[in-house]
Amino acid sequence: MSLIKETDYGTPASRSQETVTLTVDGFDVTVPAGTSVMRASMEAGIQIPKLCATDMVDAFGSCRLCLVEIEGRRGTPASCTTPVEEGMVVRTQTGRLKDLRRGVMELYISDHPLDCLTCAANGDCELQDMAGAVGLRDVRYGYEGAGHVTARQNGEDNPRYMPKDETNPYFTYDPSKCIVCSRCVRACEEVQGTFALTIEGRGFDSRVSPGMSETFLASECVSCGACVQACPTATLQEKSVIEIGQPEHSVVTTCAYCGVGCSFKAEMRGDELVRMVPYKDGKANAGHSCVKGRFAYGYANHRDRILNPMIRETIDQPWREVSWDEALGFAASRLRGIQEAHGKEAIGVITSSRCTNEETYLVQKLTRAVFGNNNTDTCARVCHSPTGYGLGQTFGTSAGTQDFESVEQADVVVVIGANPTDGHPVFGSRLKKRLRQGARLIVIDPRRIDLVKSPHIAAAHHLALRPGTNVAVVTALAHVIVTEGLHDETFIRERCDWEEFQDYAEFVADPAHSPEAVEALTGVPAAEMRAAARLYAQGGNGAIYYGLGVTEHSQGSTTVIGIANLAMMTGNIGRPGVGVNPLRGQNNVQGSCDMGSFPHELPGYRHVKNADVRAIYEAAWGVDISPEPGLRIPNMLDAAVDGSFRGLYVQGEDILQSDPDTKHVSAGLAAMDCVIVHDLFLNETANYAHVFLPGSTFLEKDGTFTNAERRINRVRKVMAPRNGYADWEVTQLLANAMGANWNYTHPREIMAEIAATTPSFANVTYKLLEEMGSVQWPCNDASPEGAPVMHVDRFVRGRGRFIRTDYVATDERAGPRFPLLLTTGRILSQYNVGAQTRRTDNVVWHSEDVLEINAHDAELRGVKEGDWVKLASRSGETSLRAQITDRVSPGVVYTTFHHPGTQANVITTDYSDWATNCPEYKVTAVQVSRSNGPTDWQEEYERLSARSRRIEAAE
Amino acid sequence: MSPDKLAYMANQIATFFRHAPREEAVSSIAEHISNFWEPRMRSQFFDLLAREKERFDPLVQDAGQQVRPIAEA
Repeated sequence: MSLIKETDYGTPASRSQETVTLTVDGFDVTVPAGTSVMRASMEAGIQIPKLCATDMVDAFGSCRLCLVEIEGRRGTPASCTTPVEEGMVVRTQTGRLKDLRRGVMELYISDHPLDCLTCAANGDCELQDMAGAVGLRDVRYGYEGAGHVTARQNGEDNPRYMPKDETNPYFTYDPSKCIVCSRCVRACEEVQGTFALTIEGRGFDSRVSPGMSETFLASECVSCGACVQACPTATLQEKSVIEIGQPEHSVVTTCAYCGVGCSFKAEMRGDELVRMVPYKDGKANAGHSCVKGRFAYGYANHRDRILNPMIRETIDQPWREVSWDEALGFAASRLRGIQEAHGKEAIGVITSSRCTNEETYLVQKLTRAVFGNNNTDTCARVCHSPTGYGLGQTFGTSAGTQDFESVEQADVVVVIGANPTDGHPVFGSRLKKRLRQGARLIVIDPRRIDLVKSPHIAAAHHLALRPGTNVAVVTALAHVIVTEGLHDETFIRERCDWEEFQDYAEFVADPAHSPEAVEALTGVPAAEMRAAARLYAQGGNGAIYYGLGVTEHSQGSTTVIGIANLAMMTGNIGRPGVGVNPLRGQNNVQGSCDMGSFPHELPGYRHVKNADVRAIYEAAWGVDISPEPGLRIPNMLDAAVDGSFRGLYVQGEDILQSDPDTKHVSAGLAAMDCVIVHDLFLNETANYAHVFLPGSTFLEKDGTFTNAERRINRVRKVMAPRNGYADWEVTQLLANAMGANWNYTHPREIMAEIAATTPSFANVTYKLLEEMGSVQWPCNDASPEGAPVMHVDRFVRGRGRFIRTDYVATDERAGPRFPLLLTTGRILSQYNVGAQTRRTDNVVWHSEDVLEINAHDAELRGVKEGDWVKLASRSGETSLRAQITDRVSPGVVYTTFHHPGTQANVITTDYSDWATNCPEYKVTAVQVSRSNGPTDWQEEYERLSARSRRIEAAE
Repeated sequence: MSPDKLAYMANQIATFFRHAPREEAVSSIAEHISNFWEPRMRSQFFDLLAREKERFDPLVQDAGQQVRPIAEA
């Protein structure tokens, strides 16, 4: 193993198909037209000295170090800003160039500290490298003149000196080391798209400034780390490198946060993680990152992490640390005991969307092959199960149709019920980049998300609909497209069922579905809806990205169908730049669905009722498989309350916090005889558990994650599991304790079994992933290298299917007792239930959930900014602080669900999607009133949590 | 599961398929319940349908006969 150093070509690659041949120092090199001389030279293997250029941002031409001579041209042009031309003759190393470069470096170093030996960037400093490259031997100017380096100079205070800014928890800004190359400023603009940094002042007074001369923490900075990565010196430096030192080897792995699935280099010193650096060849992120993946990995060593198995007879007892054997034996005998007393169907599993494909596969195999039932479900139940149903019915498969790169060819982007800059930040940055290039944006969301208006981005249309009216809006858009004749008849006739389209056209053409007719209901001006529909249908490549604001409704599946209908009727399917893309929440929620986590489907989305599919697994596993669908999570809880479901193995999922109607979830859990929680921490669900099996982090195991673009990425072990076993090993131990005879020795063997039994994974092997970096399923003989775009010549189901989408109002309605509608979401710095991110310094950005409320509603209730307010629904009540904002309209309030202290899900109800039982998180009728602190329920819950987490001292 | 919730869920499914011709709607509802409802839920569904069929949408009442019966264990 060694430290992976990606080649920096100095300027971004050109996409031109045309090529140009030139000579660099006598060597011929052929490159795409539009390539810079600097990059062409690097392609030829000749590295021109440079400081302000790096291939993550456009050329800037400020450092004057990359000068070259070009035959027939005067002077010494900068190679970074000079495009290649046919027949160009370039010289990179002449006497004149050497003198010029040395002179430039001499000036740089005359205003730079000479503390290289004790500097954190020692060994990873481009300034140091360039001083060496140009042969700098002397600085003739001395250090007495004006400079930025020391606090006191020549016996006086130095007004130019700025102290180090250490406000960001993860990196420092040391202005004394800054060479004002602007790489950080440009990375913030071009890569991240936040525009938090600027250069203030001119000439010798130029300084990098976060916001308006603020600290990094106080500025708009989102701590994505792009500036730190871009910085050629120690000016912007990870605190972990300052503390530990430079890494000595690195391993490419996949982030375990959101569904974007960024590739990172885990840079190590021994088995200590020094830093996570986004990997340029990572197809999902192309070298970019967000604050979670880049910095928020400290939870792996948090003191709350549990490293030993624990058991207890009843949940009112303290935990008792025991050996693995004892814990597994206890769990196995309880589970078998339940089955003997209450039948084989009385137990089940919940697979984890945070664990690997291989681990998830084993957990569903555990229930199907060892428990003998299909009681398996996963967190996708509560997020994208309607996507599974809706896209399955219309297109034939539930997966997103595109790769992320596709957005670079989109002309009109429709974002529905998703907040990419918070929830999927690295994709959000890519999307913003495309928007800055001129693509148009339509946002359909009750809340004014950042994309609606942020620096250099503005949505053409923001349809701020009333929560719960998605189907009405989507159908109204279809109405406009059909009645104005904007549909793509050729595409529909070729690719879809024409009869079904005509039926749908007749349905949507009804004036009852017109924007004017639904305006009062949806709260969206009809003219805006019409304009948005016209733009989507006529604006070129139209790409739809959607999130949980679509799915988590009583009519979630219907909206998904409506979205698919829109894409089909406009021909926006089957090529780059278009498509229907569900933004998946958790890192491996796509994978956990693919792996057969749902109770009605074996891996590869094949229904358990099909004897031919069961036969594949019956042969592979040597067991009979039940043809009956199993229980979904909410059904499990209902059955638990009824007494017929009594044992549950939950891997890496915290249903008590993440699932709706907390009181119902806790009643279900409390009714069970054996709850096994397999996790890093004593999470909220563990309050009701009898067995705790310690889990491993993504840094501690091998496997694969599948991201929202169906990309199968490798997860690689960089350190030994602190708890002793990778999670797949723990599941295997449990299975074997129950009499299975599993003998997997490495996750690659599990993947081989997956490939052998699942057609869409047929050609996936660890060897292929090693060679290609990643592949997007389907990956089989039909598409041996995977499939970036789906439904290219035909839909997976054959012809695309239009289905009517009747709007039905949810029964969760605002009324006199509960006059406001609550909708929920998440925030950039926190992830899901926060179990990981709350245990990192990310809490500096978000330490508690707050309630966003419009000034109008706040005033009516006498609520001021920062006041404690009580939030009550028919399910329950909680209290939190209010934040007054115009992001939400009057009548709508919003909060996040990252903190167990708030437990936003005490409020949410048990209404769910008609097709999949996906909970209606996004609409709850509530009342908000002033309060003087936590509710009785919150205080009681805190006492319960403390009591449930007691661990008996070992004897 | 409470009878209210069970009937509510069945009726929700009926609402989605209501637009289709009656025969198709009935078979789609039955298929949906057969595909996604675990035997315990279907068994409760059959009981409730036999006992208090007025809780259910007429489409669900008709679909009842087509829902997959519970296999004898």
